[in-house]
Amino acid sequence: MTIPADLKYTKSHEWARLEADGSVTVGITHHAQDLLGDMVFVENPVLGRKLTQGEECAVVESVKAASDVYAPIAGEVIAANADVEGAPEAINQDAYAAWMFKLKPDNAADLGSLLDAAAYQAIVDSEAH
Amino acid sequence: MPFIPHTEDDIQAMLARIGVPSIDQLFDEIPAALRSGKLTGVPQGMVEMDIARLMTERAESDGRFLNFAGAGAYEHHIPAAVWQIATRGEFYSAYTPYQAEASQGTLQLLYEFQTMMSSLTGMDVSNASLYDGASGLAEAVLMAVRAHKTSRRVLLPKTVHPFYRQVVNSIVKHQKIELVELDYDPAKGITALPQEKDFAALVIPQPNFFGCLEEVDLLTDWAHAQGGLVIGLVNPVALALLTPPGQWGSKGADIAVGEGQPLGSPLSSGGPYFGFMCCKQALVRQMPGRIIGRTVDLDGKPGFTLTLQAREQHIRRAKATSNICSNQGLMATAATIHMALLGPDGLERVASASHANTVALTEKLCAIPGVKKAFAQSVFHETVLQLNVPVADALRALEAQGIVGGFDLTSHYPELGQALLVCATETKTAADIEKFTEQLKRIVERRNAGPSCTKLVPGPNSKW
Repeated sequence: MTIPADLKYTKSHEWARLEADGSVTVGITHHAQDLLGDMVFVENPVLGRKLTQGEECAVVESVKAASDVYAPIAGEVIAANADVEGAPEAINQDAYAAWMFKLKPDNAADLGSLLDAAAYQAIVDSEAH
Repeated sequence: MPFIPHTEDDIQAMLARIGVPSIDQLFDEIPAALRSGKLTGVPQGMVEMDIARLMTERAESDGRFLNFAGAGAYEHHIPAAVWQIATRGEFYSAYTPYQAEASQGTLQLLYEFQTMMSSLTGMDVSNASLYDGASGLAEAVLMAVRAHKTSRRVLLPKTVHPFYRQVVNSIVKHQKIELVELDYDPAKGITALPQEKDFAALVIPQPNFFGCLEEVDLLTDWAHAQGGLVIGLVNPVALALLTPPGQWGSKGADIAVGEGQPLGSPLSSGGPYFGFMCCKQALVRQMPGRIIGRTVDLDGKPGFTLTLQAREQHIRRAKATSNICSNQGLMATAATIHMALLGPDGLERVASASHANTVALTEKLCAIPGVKKAFAQSVFHETVLQLNVPVADALRALEAQGIVGGFDLTSHYPELGQALLVCATETKTAADIEKFTEQLKRIVERRNAGPSCTKLVPGPNSKW
């Protein structure tokens, strides 16, 4: 089970989770880390940065490639996961536990514009062919 | 033997295939002004015996000058073994390091180069070399702006080599980066503490273009307190004596760059030379160029490979750190051999002797009436002198005596008047210094004794 049903997804392979306190946690999907291979570096956005939906805001680097991470929704960066920056391989071990950063959404309803698990599964399947 | 393997038939076949009538039309989008014309100075073709004779004659016509010019390129003794080893086939024709399985020798040598440069500069990491000191400084400016993220202003003192400042300007001016010129203290010849706020980096040359030693600790701590990075522009030979940039101030410089020519490259009319660049570990992903790492293979044996390639243009394309993913392999090879042969003690002796010779030369020259030191500040192996005769004339007269007397500063620093930058490395003997002194003394005395050939200019109070 590599696409949890309780998360929202983007076409660019980020996942987003609405937390009880209204913040949104962001990471990259299991499928994304599978494509990239062994992670060696994570660069998160600086705290306080205001992001628009789809804006490049972070970088994940593997032994094969460097890839940009895009903001799934608009909001302000309120936390960055220092553990993942210190040990990027955590993303390979469990992409959904190894979150990258948290946003305070401008508008939580924006999450509605993202893909659900089934729609994201369809994208992953289509990429496999 | 032609080095382009295509025959005329091959060329015609290829042109026919892509539907272009001629080579000229294939390249017609390149403006005529940019194409090299006929090389009239080079004969069309000569047999080896004739070309050998021509080159010998030309070399003799260059003469054997006694050289007291530095200004960014320094005449140091290069042990004969350096180029004997560097031009062995294994090094000279080394294959690209991108295929580790075919290039362990090259990779190991460059790794050793990086180790030596990191040690010399007191920094965490080094790349495998850049094109030269001036373009290396431009790369450092771009790197500092990338790392700083908020400011695009860089403080570039007037005590940085004027040619370097021109190169940096050419490379960064279209990147929306503002270069702020910093003035120097006219008595000391070193950068005055700036009154700037909001900048990405401060460049600190050590020694500076005048040969003077900047107050690096003070400047470094000041720049860090303003939230800027520090780029140390250093002479690698001087580092054998001076505090390495990694230890400047309380935190050390963030980036160290410089011209590597003094480490085993001959002057050879200005190139090829090589640039070096070192930085703190935290900035390594912003560093341009090749970086060699040490690792282990499948069997656990140590080996070397290019590392952090995700920064480079063949991986990240538009997002690459720099378009430079090459290096000056041969010059860096020579530098590595040069440093290995000299060792830290040898390099220190070279630096000490260069400093002592420059001090001795300055003392002798300043004993000539009409010659004085421009700045009170301590120097490494270069100093600015002010003459009471035109520098250009003095240099011409010295040249007639087989002496290159230094670098004329009058057009670059008109505020210094008739100023001359002189340098004496370890290659100069007491007799050489004596010869230069005698000749300059004769020239200055003759100019000052002779009838004045300057036009009478009306003074401010004259009633003409």
